[in-house]
Parts: sequence; structure tokens; C-alpha cells
Amino acid sequence: MIQEALFFSAVLFIIGVIGVLTRRNAIIIFMCVELMLNAVNLSFVALSRLYGIAGQVFVIFVMTVAAAEAAVGLAIIISIFRHHENVDLRNINLMRG
Amino acid sequence: MRFDLDRPLELTFALAPDLLLIAGTMVLLLASAWGTETAKRQRAVGRWSIALCVLTLAAVIYMWWAGHTATRGAIAVDPFRWATDVLILLGAILAIALSMDYLERERIDVAEAHVLILFAVSGMMLLAAARDLMIVFLGIELMSIAVYVLAGLNRRSGRAAEAALKYFLLGAFSSGFLLYGIALVFGATGSTNIADIGAAILERGLTTNAMLLAGVGLLVVGLGFKVAAAPFHMWTPDVYEGAPTPMTAFMAAAVKAAAFAVFLRIWMEAFPYLNGAWHKPLWYLAVFTMVVGNVVALVQKNIKRMLAYSSIAHAGYLLVAVVVSNFEGASAYLFYVFAYTLATMGAFAVVIALAQTGERGQQIEDYAGLWRVRPGLAAAMAVFMLALLGFPIFGGMGFFAKWYVLQAALRPPSQTNLAIWVVGTSLVSAAYYLYVVMVMFMKARPAEAPSPLKVPGMTRFVIATCAIVLLVVGIWPRPVLRVARRSLPQLVHLSEDLPRAPAPPR
Repeated sequence: MIQEALFFSAVLFIIGVIGVLTRRNAIIIFMCVELMLNAVNLSFVALSRLYGIAGQVFVIFVMTVAAAEAAVGLAIIISIFRHHENVDLRNINLMRG
Repeated sequence: MRFDLDRPLELTFALAPDLLLIAGTMVLLLASAWGTETAKRQRAVGRWSIALCVLTLAAVIYMWWAGHTATRGAIAVDPFRWATDVLILLGAILAIALSMDYLERERIDVAEAHVLILFAVSGMMLLAAARDLMIVFLGIELMSIAVYVLAGLNRRSGRAAEAALKYFLLGAFSSGFLLYGIALVFGATGSTNIADIGAAILERGLTTNAMLLAGVGLLVVGLGFKVAAAPFHMWTPDVYEGAPTPMTAFMAAAVKAAAFAVFLRIWMEAFPYLNGAWHKPLWYLAVFTMVVGNVVALVQKNIKRMLAYSSIAHAGYLLVAVVVSNFEGASAYLFYVFAYTLATMGAFAVVIALAQTGERGQQIEDYAGLWRVRPGLAAAMAVFMLALLGFPIFGGMGFFAKWYVLQAALRPPSQTNLAIWVVGTSLVSAAYYLYVVMVMFMKARPAEAPSPLKVPGMTRFVIATCAIVLLVVGIWPRPVLRVARRSLPQLVHLSEDLPRAPAPPR
């Protein structure tokens, strides 16, 4: 049971990474990052079967941090939208790089 | 006294400086949100923030002086933590002083800027204290989330918004890697406590455990992003260029210092027995970072971008301390970060002083003939450039900082190749650091060049302090070195002798 959960959390994590690397919309990239964090949460929950309650405590921490990150991240995406009228990273290139 | 971290009251005492800072920051957050946004309020909150940092600094120095220790637990109470705290608070005080003048000139009347710096500092102090991977994650996020906002502080600027977005997306991406690394290490060893991980690896012979090695690899990626090591550095130049200059200085100095402190602690205490597995990849990471940072800096025209690549190069030199992962490495790290903080803060302070409103006038060519119009600024900038280069005498501390990193690399088992790369890439860096000096002193000032604005008091104070401390400690480095030598991380269970590194790759 633990192996399966760890395997699927790895698959979810990789899907998230591929999403971040291939998509160009800031909001979708952000959703893929959240997918990565939740994949890790799945691992933590699975591992808490082995090592006791600690794994589940970490999930609460991670969800709290992810919520704070979402608040700041969406605010930053809004401020980008005010300047560029869209959130496509291909159009956001004022600086060389 | 020896704190028993299982008892709440003693844990509170062990965290006293951090709690003091966080409580004061909350009060200042209320104070800055109360009432209208004016330049006067911004300066007042800035002054109180500096006072709070000084108070915290006093608490840290008291704790250091009292020589407390602690039982095995989630946080460390050792001289390495206090020394790192001092460096972080020093960076924060300089950054707040710079941003007071900068925000007033750019008419960004947000008093919260200083409060956000303080929040980031509380995250960094948590990182310096962390002896549990979960605390590491919380500290990194507390630091990063505040710094994302700082990068985009100037809402009128499209570049700042772009910098904030890039920093946020890549920062959150790297946090994902870091967290997955923590999960895998937890899965392999059954603990997130750094000391327990080290013990579990030794006792259960996990040195070839695939899950553990994958976790360590992901931790390297996550931390590599935070310290801006190549090839995880892509965000650095854009973010450093777009962010408001005092925040760039804060990112370049304090964020890097905190991330490296935790990097060193994890590697020295949790993974010394995995040495065979991580030594080679980290060796290549350090060399690649030094080469990329220094070579790409050569072609930069914008001074902030040039300093961004130079900060990548310095991440490479600091990685040498992680690669050797011995006590010499830890003390070389402390000395190096002290020199690097002063030189970087000073250099960015000069950039702020010379920029025109709206972050214009930041091309290196704009400094042509600066010696004629602002001799003091030109001389100070020369000191900072030479310090970053590691030039003897005129570069002050910078020379000794490089010297001690080299010594750490050459201590047996000596890693001569790594030392050769440090020296070789430093020689390359001479080209772009000395180019700035050459432009300031030897080029004629064009007739149409605008005369620099008057330098406000706080900025002048920061520039003078950084330059003087760099030069004085450069002449008389012994006391600082003695402190750095004594401020070592206390490895709770490991023997004093760390396992020997394998022969460096040829």
C-alpha cells in the first residue's frame, strides 16, 4: 500500500514538473506547482503509516504554507496583469534573459 | 545553561531572539498599517525597524556570550547559529537604512517594506537555527514569501512586477523540489531531525539507499535554486535587475547567507557519511557556478546585472565551503559572508546613490569619469569592487575571505583542483571588476552626463561604514577570524573528525 502511494505521488510530482516546464500561462504554472506540493503531501501521508503521526503533521504545515504562497502569488500575478493585460510568460520579457 | 528542548519554557528561551524579533515585527506591522501612507511614516517605521534589529542583535550577542547549549531537538543552540544571526541582522540593518532613502526618492510610500524585510529576517534566523528539515522548510518559505513581495514592491514598475513573478514562480518550483527531497529523506531514514538522519544513515547503513540518494539530490536542487548556483541561476539576473535596488542588495547578501548556513549545517551533520555520493556532483556544481557566474559577468553592460552574475560567482566560492564540509569550511563561510555582505551592500548602495529616479543611469558606462564629480563615491566603489575581487590591501577583507576559502579547500584531504578553479575564476573576475574601476577613474566624463543627485544621509552612512569596516578588518583580520574559528556548528552526536572526502575528480 505504501509503495503504491509513493509511486503515484512520484508520478503526480513529475506531472507537475512537466507542467511547469512546458506551460506558459502564469496561473497554470502556479497550479502545477501546487500539484507538486500536493504530490509531496501524499508521500507524507503514506509515510505516516510507517513512522507515525509526524508525516500527517507535516501535511498541515505544507498546506498552510501553500495557502500563504497562493495569496502572495496571485497578488503578484494580478500586478503583472495590470501591466501586460495578460499573464502569458512569452509576452512578459522586459529584461533580457 | 543547557536547554532541554522538550520543555516549552526552555524552548522559548532558546528561541528568545527570534521571538523578540517576530513580536516586534507584528507591532510594527500594525503601526505601519495604521493611518495614511506618507514618506514621514515610512521613515519612522524604518527607524523603529532598525532599532528592533539592533535590539535583536543585542539579544543574539547576549545568548552567544552566555554560551548556552541545548539537547538534541528541532533547533540548534550553538555559536554557528548566533554568528549567522549577526551576519543576517547586519545585512538587514544596512538594507533597511538604504531602503529608507530609496523609497523616499522613488516616492514609494509603503512603510510595510521595512516590516517585510523584518519578516524575511525572522525566516532567515529560523533557518540559522534549524536542526529539523521541517523547520528548514518553514524558514525558507517564511523568508521567500516576504522576499517575493519585496521584489515587486514598486507597483508602478513593469520590470519590478516581472521580477517578482519570475522569482515567485521559480522560487515556488524550487520549494517543491526541496519539499520532495525532505519527504524522501524522511521516508528513507524515518526522521526529519538533522542529527537523527545522520545517526540513522550510519547505523542502518543507508549509504546506497536509492530513496535517500534521490532525496539528497532533490535537496541539492532546491537549495541550489535558493543560493543561485548554476545551472539553477536563471532567475537571478532578471530578478536582481528588476527588483528595487535595496531589496536586490538584501537578496544578494542576507538571503544567500541564510540559505548557505542551512546548506552547510545539513551537509555537515546529516550527510557526512554519504560523502561518497554527493561529493562529486557538488564539486561539479561549485566549479560550474564559478565558471558561469564569472564568464557571463564579463559581457554585462548593466551594473545590477553584472553584480547579479558576480553574486552567482560568489555562490560558487561559498559552495567550496560546502564541498569540503569541514570545520574550516564553516569558519571560512562565516568570514567570507561577512566580507561579502559588506562589499555587496556597499556596491549596491553606490548604485542607489548614482541612479537617477526611476532606476535610470545604471549602465556601467554611466559611471565614466565619476572620479571627477564624486571622488568619495568613486573611491568607495573601487574598494567594494576590489573586495569582491579579493585584491590584497585595497580590497580589505575580500582578500582574506578568498584566502580562507582556499585554505579550507587545501586542508587535507586537499582538493587542489578545486583551489585552482577558485584562483583561476577569480583571475577572470578581475576583468569585470577592474573594468568598473577603470571606467570611473580613467574615462572622461561625457559633457551631457547628468550630475549625480545629492547622496542622502543614510545611504552615505552605509557606504562609509561598509568601506571603512572592509579596510580596517583587511588590515587587522585576526579578531574577526578568531571569532569565525570559534563559531562552529555543534554536531550533536558525530565525532569531531568528519569522514574523509574521497579523492577529488581529475
